[in-house]
Amino acid sequence: MSGPRRDPDLVRPYVRTEGRVRADPDVRLETVVLAASGPREGLGADARRVMGLFAHSRGGGLAVADIAAALEFPPSTVRILVSSLIDDGLLTRPVAADDDRPQTDLLQEVLRGLRALV
Amino acid sequence: MVSAPSSDGLIHVPPGVTRSAKIVISGSFGVGKTTFVGSVSQVPPLRMEERITEASAGVDDLARTPHKTTTTVGMDFGRLHLSDALVLYLFGTPGQGRFRPLWEGLTEGALGALVLVDTRDLEASFEILALHEEQGTPYAVAVNLFDGAPRYDLDEIRQALDLAAHTPLTTCDARDSTSGVLALITLCEYLTDAHAPALEPRP
Repeated sequence: MSGPRRDPDLVRPYVRTEGRVRADPDVRLETVVLAASGPREGLGADARRVMGLFAHSRGGGLAVADIAAALEFPPSTVRILVSSLIDDGLLTRPVAADDDRPQTDLLQEVLRGLRALV
Repeated sequence: MVSAPSSDGLIHVPPGVTRSAKIVISGSFGVGKTTFVGSVSQVPPLRMEERITEASAGVDDLARTPHKTTTTVGMDFGRLHLSDALVLYLFGTPGQGRFRPLWEGLTEGALGALVLVDTRDLEASFEILALHEEQGTPYAVAVNLFDGAPRYDLDEIRQALDLAAHTPLTTCDARDSTSGVLALITLCEYLTDAHAPALEPRP
């Protein structure tokens, strides 16, 4: 083999995530995030790639899983990257006016939505 | 309600969506999880890959150095836009229960799991059911009606799988979107009745 190895999977997750080693436990595979307008100077290559996915989002969001699939990054790494970008103010989670509703409401809403499909 | 892909081919979650929920579609290898996710999802299903390092058991390991192998495990997922404010993600689990860390990431925060089973190999589901029970993920079971697979009475299947009396057992055709949605409704009705034990934070 000639030249340096370029397999991106050989890059350790903490290199990708610039030191952050743990995801925020609230940042899960289905967590949807939106682009915010924080300063982007000094972002690492992987963080820039994540932010690039929002270039044509028109205010729309992506879940952690969507980001992992689009960039072909392991989802565990994306959870950490997204946690870090939320800390930096570059990504945000959408906020509902009634965000303190209990989770049981979520289940009812899911059920109502599914029933409307059949 | 599903937005068109943007110029980069991504289908973003529409602005205005403030909540997302997750249901896992589990079951043993080849039971139809990918098919199910693909037919129920309202966007083309996607796949993500995690790399897992496993210690493999050496048979004649004279040097006693642990052998490690890296396995790439793919997980298919899809998305349903259930209202202007709510999206539901469906995640297919790996067919084997041995990828524990992966399963934890998938089931953590899930409303529940729909376990697909194949009547030609019910035993293959035991490991999956045990894992959900161990992790405290509430589940319903759906027999995927494969063409040519033997049809049994649901009571017999319930017995063979040793399901609790309260666990819902239904049938579905993983290739059919409506049939899949009905199975998800069965699961969600059960979760509502069961006061959603999985929604309590686990230590």
